[in-house]
This record gives sequence, C-alpha cells and structure tokens, in this order.
Amino acid sequence: MADRQTSAAISPLLATLPARRRITLRWLSAAAVIAALGAVPLICALIGQPFYVTLVSRMMIFALAALGLNLILGYGGLISFGHALYIGIGAYAVGILSYHGITNGYVHLGVALGAGLGLAVLIGSVCLRVSGVGFIMITLAFAQMFYFLAISLKQYGGDDGYALESRSNFGWLDLGDNTTLYYVIYALLVLVLILFYRLVNARFGMVLRGSKSNDRRMRALGFPTLPFKLIAYVISALVCVIAGVLLANLTRFVSPSYMEWTVSGDILLMIVLGGVGTLLGPIFGAVVWLSLEAVLTSLNVGLPWGLDEFIHNHWMGVLGLFIITVTLVLKQGLYGFLVQRDQARDPVAQ
Amino acid sequence: MTTSLFFAQLLNGLQLGLLLFLMSAGLTLVLGIMNFVNLAHGSLFMMGAYFAAVAYGWTDSFLLAALVAVVGTLLLGLLIERTVLSKLYSRDHLYQVLATFGLILFLNEVARAIWGQAPIFMNVPDALSGTINLFGLPYPSYRFAIIAVGLLVGLALYLVIHRTRIGMLVRAGASDSSMLAALGVNIKLINALVFGAGAALAGLAGLMAGPILSVQPGMGEPILILTLVVLVTGGIGSIRGAFYGALIVGIVDTIGRAFLPSLLRGVVDRSLAQAAGPAIASMLIYLVMAVVLAVRPDGLFPVRHG
Repeated sequence: MADRQTSAAISPLLATLPARRRITLRWLSAAAVIAALGAVPLICALIGQPFYVTLVSRMMIFALAALGLNLILGYGGLISFGHALYIGIGAYAVGILSYHGITNGYVHLGVALGAGLGLAVLIGSVCLRVSGVGFIMITLAFAQMFYFLAISLKQYGGDDGYALESRSNFGWLDLGDNTTLYYVIYALLVLVLILFYRLVNARFGMVLRGSKSNDRRMRALGFPTLPFKLIAYVISALVCVIAGVLLANLTRFVSPSYMEWTVSGDILLMIVLGGVGTLLGPIFGAVVWLSLEAVLTSLNVGLPWGLDEFIHNHWMGVLGLFIITVTLVLKQGLYGFLVQRDQARDPVAQ
Repeated sequence: MTTSLFFAQLLNGLQLGLLLFLMSAGLTLVLGIMNFVNLAHGSLFMMGAYFAAVAYGWTDSFLLAALVAVVGTLLLGLLIERTVLSKLYSRDHLYQVLATFGLILFLNEVARAIWGQAPIFMNVPDALSGTINLFGLPYPSYRFAIIAVGLLVGLALYLVIHRTRIGMLVRAGASDSSMLAALGVNIKLINALVFGAGAALAGLAGLMAGPILSVQPGMGEPILILTLVVLVTGGIGSIRGAFYGALIVGIVDTIGRAFLPSLLRGVVDRSLAQAAGPAIASMLIYLVMAVVLAVRPDGLFPVRHG
C-alpha cells in the first residue's frame, strides 16, 4: 500500500522527465481532443447545428475551471470543495458591473480578477491553516457563505438571478458572436494549459508536488510550503474566476446557482473522471461529464416501459449512480489511464 | 427589542443548535473514528424525515413514526455503509467526498421519484401542539420537546462514551484504530456500530425536524452544511466540540437573523441596512467559523489524545 502510494505520488514527476519521445495513444488522444475542440464551430456550421457551439463552449468553460482546481487538487493534494465560489465571483463581477451600466469587458475582467485575488488570498490563508478533512469542509462552508450572500442580493435578482442585456464589450473583439466567444474560450483554455504545463514542471510545481507527497519532509528540507500552497490556491481560484466571467458571457445570465455546492462537486468529478494530477485530464472529464448530462436530459432512444421519460425526469439520480460507480471503479481516470499506460511501458518510470 | 422576544429567539437558537447536535454527533464520530467524510449524512436526515412523515400519515401515532424513522434510517445507513462506503475507507478523502456526493444526488432523486417534488407536511403531534408558559412567555411545546430530546441524547451519548466499555472502545478507536485492532478488538464491528448510531441520530433529527421544516427532496443539504460548520467550529471528532459548536452555530444564526437587520438600521442608512442586514445575517456563522479557525485551527474543543 505504502509502495503504491509513493509510486502514485512520484509518477507525475516521472511523467515529466524527458523520456524517449514516442507517439502513443495518450499523445494521439490529447492532440485529437485539442484539434477537435478547435474544429467544432466549423463542423457545426457545416452540419447546420449551431446549438452545439454553445454546448461545447460550456464544456470548455468547465474544463477551464476544472483545470484550475486540478492545480491544487492534483498537484498540491488540496481538496477544495468550494471552487464554484470563484466561478460565481467572476460571473457576479460581470453581472453587477453590467447592472450599473459598465459594459467594458476589460473592466469586467479586471474587477473580477481583483475581487477574486483579494478573496482567494483571504479565504486561502484561513483555509490552509487546516488540512485534510477540515480543508474540504471549510472551503465548502466559504462557498456556501457567498452563495447565501448572492441569494440575498435582491437588487441583482436574488434567488432568480439576473439576465445581462449584452455580453462584455471587448472593443474589436465582438463576443456577441457565438463563434468568436467560442474561440476566445478555446484560446484561453489552450493558454492556461500551456502556462500550467510550464508551471507544474517548474521549481514551483515541484515544491507543490513535493508538499503533496510529504509536506513535513518538504518543510524539513527548508521549503516554506505554505506560501507555495497559497499561491497555487490563488492561481487556481483566478482561473475559475475567468471561467466565471466566460460563463456569465456565454449564458448572458448570472445566478447564485453558479456557486451552488453541487457545481463544486461537478468540477471535482470532472477531474477524477479525467485523471487527477494529469494536465489534460480535466478537459477529458469536463467533455465526458457534460456530454453525459446533455444526453441524459434529452434521452430519446426508445427504451421500453417509459424508461426514457423516467430517466429524463430523474437524470440527476442516474448521474449520482454514475458518480458512485466512477469513484468505486475508476482509479486513474480516463486520461490518467493513458498516462499510466505510457509510464508502465517506459522503463524510466519503473 | 424586548427581553421576552430575545428570550424566545434564544430558545429558538437553542432548539436549532440541539437539532444540529443530533446531526453532528453522528458525523463527528464517523469522521473522528473512521476518518471518513460522509456528505450523505444530510440525505439520511432527509430520509428520516420522509420515513417519519409517511409513517405518521399512515398510523397517526408519533411514537410509531419515531420508531419507523429511527430504525428505517439505521437500516438504510447500514445498507449504504455495507454496499458503498466500506469500500472507500482506505481510499483518499477525495473519493469519499465524491461517492457520498453521488449518494446525495441519488437519494434526492429516489425521494423525488417516490414522494414527488412537492413538500410533504407533517403535523405536530396533538400532545405537543400546545404552548408551554415559560416565565410568562408562551413557547410552542413541540420546539421545547426538540430541546429536551437534544439534551437527553447529549447526556446519553456522554454517558455511553465516557462510562461504558463500548464507549471506551469507541474512544480508543478514535485515537488509534490500528492499535485497537492489534489488541484483538473487532474494529469493523465498532465502525459499523458507530456508523449505524450516526445514521439513527440523523434519522431522529429528521423526525424531530419533520413538523417544523417542509419535508422535500434536498432538505438535507442546508442542514448538512450547517453541520459541517459545527464540526469545524467545535473541533472534528469530539462530541463535546459537536455539542458546544452546535449551540454556538444555532444561537448565533438565529439571533443574527432575528436582530441584526434591526440593529443595523440603527447604525447605517435604512436602505443599506435593508439590503445588507439579511446578507450579513446569513453569512454570520461562516464569519464566526473563519474567526475561530484563524485563532484555533483545530476548533474550539479539539479531541484530547493521550
């Protein structure tokens, strides 16, 4: 058991070693997903189904949020059950500023990131005082606190949410066009992916991963792990804030439901589904999870005994069963499985 | 603000606190002893309330309803423990959180599929439908009964945990379960026992809350989150912490909601107070929790080991 834990802890380290480059299923699938995401608007235009552009935009926004959370979850071992809070902060920054007639997108983004930064530093420094189970609960409690705050903001729609008149105004970049917004989200996703790739392989990422596998040892080695964890927490929060800004723009709607605790759970699940501590895992997870949700809510495959109808009405229950199965059965996640397969084949990783 | 109103709100806070204690006592033991995060505890609360409401509707006897609720939740808890949760004891907290999150979604839908989306109402039993005159203050006797039940359970738990052999084993399990197993104690049995007791307490809480809350799918989550706040504030794993933490959260929340808006009105502009009062009141317990954590990361009453 201990052996397996150690090897699981160092496997991401090994994965980044410049091993022999070989085209494996993992690289192929990663490239395929990135390329496919880039081609979605073209394909949708060809088959005349513009609805899917919005659906895949949504997938990428949640992929972005999951990517952000995975920085502290997968590489820092910090299980935050409250990252929906930062999606909410991003969304509400857009909503509240728009309500007061400020539509400039740069202001939206700036205020969202500023508010997110302040909150993440404050909340992070309180939450990081506790570890383990306590951390899970406190992050959840803080997210709930802002959820209730958003509900009590009657001016901005309270429980019902608030519909934006238009998307953020980024000057020459017309977000009103769904395809433009799609490619903005896509570009941001790829950008964050590249940044995170650099980050987790830099000294910073190494310290973070070290503190995940043995925090006490890292401190004994002379690394003050707390500032590292706090910075990672803040970065991951800010990525979720950006996801929130994008989500508000995509749906042109801001509502407390964005920071509902189930959203935090969904993001966690996307990461586990795709593969904890793998760079691309969250993207795989988000795509699979939201596809499943879309399929279940509009299921029409002609199952007998009105089962179609039953699943429509109770799709959350089916998702619940799916989550339980995933956690019981899936150990490395979909993409994590490919990563591990590569490592198993690679003699360096043995 | 009159004294009697304040006193009534204080009693309401006490009642919410003791309801929360019923929830947190079970959860804190499961967390402390098994190191297991059970988010589905709120769903057990919900199922307890449903069992009670349905049984009360059929039999018209509150005692029978209580029996059905407690035993039903106990059995449901053990079923869940055996089928899903016990497979996750050795896994990372992340997977425990996710599996129990899945359970919440599943059980909510089960409740929705069986009893529908609309809330079920459960009447207060006739014997407790009156009011009790408390120093000239009429107070609903049912709410008083909740306070009494909470205090009784607290006392019983204290006696069981500190005065019996089983309680000694439970405490030993909390401080070092592998050592306890090495000494030849069937730790699995203790785990199942503790989990079952926690589930039964959640069922009891659901029963008591049935007549004052509307019984509907998803009713467990707000209570679950308050329970988590209680645990973090009081200190994870300690019954004492759960008790005092629950009282603090219950009273602060109730008093804050009742008086903070009017207090604010005296200090700041009326329209601002109108907007900010309820908002701050609903955030109050979380702020208390944050302050507690900033000062004492292990909670107010951490478990004393050794």
